[in-house]
Amino acid sequence: MDFATALQIADSAIRLATPLLLACLAGLFSERAGIFDIGLEGKMLAAAFMSAAVAAVTGNVWLGLGAGILASLSLSAIHGVASITFRGNQLISGVALNFLASGMTVLIAQTWFGQGGRTPSLIGGGRFTSIELPFAEALRDVPIFGPIYYEVISGHSILVYVALLCVPLTWWVLFRTRFGLRLRAVGENPAAVDTAGVSVIGMRYTAVAICGILCGIAGAYLSTALAAGFVKEMTAGRGYIALAALIFAKWRPWYALSATLLFGLLEAVANRYQNIDMPSWLAITVLLVMAAGLVWGGRKGRLDMAVLGGLAAILAAVSVAIWMGSTISEGTTGLPVQLMQALPYILTVVILAGFVGRATPPRAGGEPYVKER
Amino acid sequence: MDWTKPQGRPATAAPPPDVPAIELKGISKAFGPVQASKDIAIRVMPGTIHGIIGENGAGKSTLMSILYGFYKADAGEIFISGQKTDIPDSQSAIRAGIGMVFQHFKLVQNFTVLENVVLGAEDGALLKPSLAKARKLLKELAEEYELEVDPDERIEELSVGHQQRVEILKALYRQANILILDEPTGVLTPAEADHLFRILEGLKAEGKTIILITHKLREIMEITDTVSVMRRGEMTATVKTAETSPEELAELMVGRKVLLRVDKKPATPGKTVLEVENLRVVDDDGVERLRGISLNVRAGEILGIAGVSGNGQSQLLEVLGGIEEATGSIRVNGDEVDLTGRHSDGQTRRARSIAHVPEDRQARGLIMDFTAWENIVFGYHHDPAYQKNALLMDNAKMVAEAEAKMQRFDVRPPNPQLSAKNFSGGNQQKIVLAREIERNPDLLLVGQPTRGVDIGAIEFIHQQLIELRDAGKAILLVSVELDEILSLSDRIAVMFDGRIMGERLPSETDVRELGLMMAGITDEGEEAA
Repeated sequence: MDFATALQIADSAIRLATPLLLACLAGLFSERAGIFDIGLEGKMLAAAFMSAAVAAVTGNVWLGLGAGILASLSLSAIHGVASITFRGNQLISGVALNFLASGMTVLIAQTWFGQGGRTPSLIGGGRFTSIELPFAEALRDVPIFGPIYYEVISGHSILVYVALLCVPLTWWVLFRTRFGLRLRAVGENPAAVDTAGVSVIGMRYTAVAICGILCGIAGAYLSTALAAGFVKEMTAGRGYIALAALIFAKWRPWYALSATLLFGLLEAVANRYQNIDMPSWLAITVLLVMAAGLVWGGRKGRLDMAVLGGLAAILAAVSVAIWMGSTISEGTTGLPVQLMQALPYILTVVILAGFVGRATPPRAGGEPYVKER
Repeated sequence: MDWTKPQGRPATAAPPPDVPAIELKGISKAFGPVQASKDIAIRVMPGTIHGIIGENGAGKSTLMSILYGFYKADAGEIFISGQKTDIPDSQSAIRAGIGMVFQHFKLVQNFTVLENVVLGAEDGALLKPSLAKARKLLKELAEEYELEVDPDERIEELSVGHQQRVEILKALYRQANILILDEPTGVLTPAEADHLFRILEGLKAEGKTIILITHKLREIMEITDTVSVMRRGEMTATVKTAETSPEELAELMVGRKVLLRVDKKPATPGKTVLEVENLRVVDDDGVERLRGISLNVRAGEILGIAGVSGNGQSQLLEVLGGIEEATGSIRVNGDEVDLTGRHSDGQTRRARSIAHVPEDRQARGLIMDFTAWENIVFGYHHDPAYQKNALLMDNAKMVAEAEAKMQRFDVRPPNPQLSAKNFSGGNQQKIVLAREIERNPDLLLVGQPTRGVDIGAIEFIHQQLIELRDAGKAILLVSVELDEILSLSDRIAVMFDGRIMGERLPSETDVRELGLMMAGITDEGEEAA
């Protein structure tokens, strides 16, 4: 792999990590306040659709962004009413929102545009275009730093920089402000917040609203910056990967940046190397190491052991198949596209099972607050 | 240190000494049909420590929740320093200068002491100035009142005693003039409790008003200036501590009722059924709840366990019933019973012919949403007689049997298909008793058999227990009703603070003596603690 390829992969990793990062921070605000949100996926999807639709009709991407945020916020409001006011089950509410978004986006898209559940392709002012950071062109020829600055850091849409700025901002809000202190407290022990004379319900609604706004930006980014229009199910499980990243990041903003960049990188690699031939021994070794990792990760519980053991067995079977096939095709193996594309998802499972260690979620997470003595 | 001279920080404006710091008039609160507080009136003078004593469930905590804005009273008025004050929420209570130290601390475990103190009382949008201010104030308070805590330690790293200090610091940081402590010593070691009392004395000297809620007579006598007694939602008396005695308070707390007459022949005890030796239980908070209980119960007799609730009787019942684990030894009919592990649960206890009527029938004795017949089968559902074949249970048989048992125990209505929650308290208790007694156990454990039960049912339940005794069975009876203990028991053991204070024969003792023992005072006037 040469330097230019590495830069391209890094560039695309940042691009692909952005929606994950925004969604991950969205989940961070919500879960730190004690509201589990499995509906990140649905909120992103709804926002992706609404922003693409409005941008397509008005030709103004900023109006699109606003519409996307509103769509996401309205789903947040439903989640809030269900799980805060009516103390419903937060997981069920989130899953319901995911289904709702999945169905409604396609239905409305078909009704409005009649293009089979997609929006028209966005052109011109309907998309976020990449912006060039100052001196990018001038510094381009500086060795090492120049190309990194030009290729990787400069030349993204504004939302990428917004997402990156959100990381220190989130950290600052959480750990340096009164609001952050109360937010963290409400996710750990709402009774403490309540007896201190602060409204638990108010804090939680605020957190859920922030979550909605960030998901809205993430969704808008997907359809108006990363792609040029909305297509059915375009979030492709990114909301769930963001949740995995959140656990991997132990609910901390800077860790969230690293975790989402890792997932972004995996996706970039998978996109770049769709069809690769590699020596069979290497392919077999990688697969067996992954299988061993799964088994090792599953030592903790019987259920984990069963599930991960099953996955490991599949990997082992694949490597045996490669070994048997490779004797015919002279020792190299073309890894199937599907395997490469599944890579980020497989690694999500492996990371969550084996490498997270003891992540302590917010103690009051998932529990509706009932005032009692 | 000299407490009489306030030092450092000027004392917050204390109200004039002749106006009560806090006065309640006619406070009433009902939860559904249960009257938790009935027309409560109380006056607490500033700069005093006022005790509120009463048994669990007497309504103390409800009253304090009303004061702290958790519940809204149905009727009544609250005056703070002579000013009529509405307390619809905790925020208003804090503004009125009321600070509360809850029995279960309201602290964020993974926050530092400083963060917990500041939470909700920050000075501005940024934390830094608030934390700096709190750090300074905490240092002053620590010096002033022996309230030393490391401000940067996380709560989860602190001992329970230190966590409680954080709660007090929280209240003081919010400039509370009235401090309410709910069962503050329940989780403390004796040394920690003594330290707490020194802190409270210091606060009192500073002009703060302190309300101490407890069910421990020793604490009331030791530290309070005045004391109010609550019983069944009513304030039965308010007296100066110096002018009362533990036995008088015990009597006021437990209450004297018309003695219910129970016709019974003298007991004819047979062989020993239950032998308990040196039973010890340490709870999750590390507090020793049973401190070496030894007793025995013989066939054909009722051993009554008297005591103010919360002195280990519940733990004793739960250990015997296989719900809680313990160390020591229990022998039933001469055979050792497992106290820990897989063979220590309700199921194995029943197999050893031990039946258990739990103290809290709604939580432990019944599943309220299930029908009467299902409840009568529970615990014995593995009985081969109830199985139709390998897969199915014989419902018809179970229903018929339940109906017969309900008839015999006079459960009204005797309809086995009705949910447990649709029966009155007395009839619910009869369902539990029918289940346990009809299995003809060698040993019956029974806790608070007539709590919340009407007079007619009480009589019936008492008769059933006497009949079981006369049938040659051993009965261990735990009750906070002294009259019940006196009229049913053949021997009486008094529990205090996890120990047996002594055994008496009902014919040779009276309420006065038992009350003294329940307060932890033996004949010699010594106090065990």
